[in-house]
Amino acid sequence: MKPTLVDLIHISKGFDGQLVLDDLNLSIHENEFLTLLGPSGCGKTTTLRILGGFESPDSGQVIFDGKDITNLPPNKRNLNTVFQKYALFSHMSVEENIAFGLKISGKSDAYIRDKIKYALKLVNLEGYENRLPDSLSGGQQQRIAIARAIVNEPRLLLLDEPLGALDLKLRQDMQYELIRLKNELGITFIYVTHDQEEALTMSDTIVVMNQGYIQQMGSPEDIYNEPQNAFVADFIGESNIIEGIMLQDRLVEILGAKFPCVDVGFGHNKPVDVVIRPEDVDLVEPELGTIQGVVSHLIFKGVHYEMEVQANGFEWLVHSTDMFPVGKEVGIHVDPFDIQIMNKPESEDEEAIGVNE
Amino acid sequence: MNKKKLLSGPYLLWASAFIIIPLAMVVYYGLTNTEGHLTFENLLAIGTVENFKALCLSLLLSLISTIICLLLAYPLALMLTNMNVSQHGFIVLIFILPMWMNFLLRTLAWQTLLEKNGIINQILGFFHLPAVQLINTPYAIVLGMVYNFLPFMVLPLYNVLSKIDKDVISAARDLGATEVYTFRKIIFPLSLPGVMSGIIMVFVPALTTFVISDLLGGSKILLIGNVIEQKFKQGSNWHVGSGLSLVLMVFILISMVVTTKYDKDGEGGMF
Repeated sequence: MKPTLVDLIHISKGFDGQLVLDDLNLSIHENEFLTLLGPSGCGKTTTLRILGGFESPDSGQVIFDGKDITNLPPNKRNLNTVFQKYALFSHMSVEENIAFGLKISGKSDAYIRDKIKYALKLVNLEGYENRLPDSLSGGQQQRIAIARAIVNEPRLLLLDEPLGALDLKLRQDMQYELIRLKNELGITFIYVTHDQEEALTMSDTIVVMNQGYIQQMGSPEDIYNEPQNAFVADFIGESNIIEGIMLQDRLVEILGAKFPCVDVGFGHNKPVDVVIRPEDVDLVEPELGTIQGVVSHLIFKGVHYEMEVQANGFEWLVHSTDMFPVGKEVGIHVDPFDIQIMNKPESEDEEAIGVNE
Repeated sequence: MNKKKLLSGPYLLWASAFIIIPLAMVVYYGLTNTEGHLTFENLLAIGTVENFKALCLSLLLSLISTIICLLLAYPLALMLTNMNVSQHGFIVLIFILPMWMNFLLRTLAWQTLLEKNGIINQILGFFHLPAVQLINTPYAIVLGMVYNFLPFMVLPLYNVLSKIDKDVISAARDLGATEVYTFRKIIFPLSLPGVMSGIIMVFVPALTTFVISDLLGGSKILLIGNVIEQKFKQGSNWHVGSGLSLVLMVFILISMVVTTKYDKDGEGGMF
C-alpha cells in the first residue's frame, strides 16, 4: 500500500444545527484516485471544502503529509481545487489565468511561460493563450481550470463535480483525459460526484457517502459487485433489492423459492436483503427457471433490452441482449455467485451509518 | 410595424413629448439670440468669470462627493455581499428608507440641523463649545450631495459584487492569493462596471443639482445649476440658460462615455 497523504480524523461539521458530517474518518493514499460518491446533501462537497480550507470542521483534524492543517487558510495549503463551474477569472486571458498561482509563488517569467505551454499541451488547448474564458466552450473552460490548478504542482488535486455541466459525450472524453492526467502527473486526485458511472470509470477507490456517513469504501469492483447495504446497492447501478430469508449457508429463500448462493455465516432462518443486478437475471424457458413470471414491460436501451418481469408478486428488473415480448411467460434463473446477501439494518440510525456487522 | 413595436408606442409618445421636444427646444434656445438669429454667444457665456467659477466649483464638489460616496459605499456593499440574505435585508432597508422620503424634505431637514441656531450648534452650545459655521459652506453642500446620492452608489456596487461567483474568489485563495491580493486582482477588477455606474449615478445629479446648493449653500455659493436656474427664472433669459445647459450636457456626456467604456456588461450605464 502506498503511503498516506491525507488523514481526516473524527471530522464533524454542521450547518444551522443540521449535522452534515458526523465523525468522518478517511485516509487518502499518495497517487490515489479517490472518489466521494453520494446523493446531494450527503456531505461529499463539505468534505472537499474542508480539505480545501474553505470550511473549517466543528471538530476533528485534517492531517496533510503528516502535518495538521485544520486551521490553515486555503492559500497556505499545498493543494488545488477544480470547481464545478470552472470559476475562471473572466477579466483575465487564459494565459493570465494559468499564471495566477505561479506569479504568487514568485516564479520567474521564463518558468511561467514554459509551464503555461506545458499545461496547455497537457489539456490539448495549445494556442489558446490569449483567449478570454468567456469565448471558450464549457469543456474548454474546464480544461483551462484544470490546467490552472495543475501548473502549481500540488500534491493533491480536489475536483468538485468538474464534469457536471458538460454534455454526455464531452463528459466521457474528459473522464479519459482525467485518468491520463492523473497517471502522467502522479498527483493524488480527490473527486466528488453524484454520478456513479463516472465514479466507477475513473476511481481507484470509491467512498460511498450518505447522510454524512461513509456507507462503503472500496475498489469500483467491490462496490459494484459486493454492496454492503441496500443504500449502496441501490445507488450504484440498478438493482433488484428483495427481502429474503437465509435458510442456511449457501441457500436463501426469495419470494417463496429457494435459490442457491455462495454466502455463508448469516446463521439459520435469518431475514436478509438480497441484491441481484438486472444483468445477472437470466430469463429462460419457464420450466428451467427457479421461479416463473410474465414479461410486463419492454424498452430498447441500445446495448440491451430492459424488461420488467412480474414473478411471485415482485417486479424484477432485467437487462438482457435477448428480447422477450410483453406477455411472454418466462422462467427466472440466477447463478449462485450473482446473488449478494446483506444484513438488514435494525434501526434507522443503523441504516444511515450503514452498520452491517 | 409589428405588434411588439406597437407596444412601445405609449412610451415613445411620452418620450417625444417630454424628452425629445424639450431637448430640441433647449438646443434651439441655446443656439439663437432674442432676435432668433443663430449665435454661439450663449455657449461662450460659460467663459465669464462668474459662470466659469460656478462650473469649476460644481465639478470639484461633485467629484469630491462622488469619491466620498465611493469610499463609503464600497466597504458597505462588500459587507452586504458577504452576509446571508436574512442578515442583509435589514441593512438594505436602512439604506433604502431615506429614499422613500421626499428629496426636498430630507435636504430641508439638513438645513434645520446645520443652521446657525440649528440643532447641532445648540448641542455644541449646551456643552459650552463655540458654535461653528456649517450652513452656507461648500462642506454643507458636499454633505447634502453625499447624503442624497449615496444609495445610488451602493446599489450598483452591491449588484455587481453580489454577482461575483463565490467560487471565483475561492479559486483565487486556492491558488495561493491572500485576501488582500484577491481583492486587488479579482474582486475589484470584476466590480469595475458597478463602480463606473455608481460614479455616473452620483456624479451626474451632483453636477447638475441646484436644490442642494440652494438650501445648504445659501445664495453665497453658486454652482452651475444655480446659475442656469437664475438665468431661466430671475433673468428670464432662456437663451443663455439653454446655452449653459448645453455646455453642462457636454460634460455629462464626456463623463458617461469615459465610464461606459468600463461598463461593458451594462450594469447601469447609459449606452
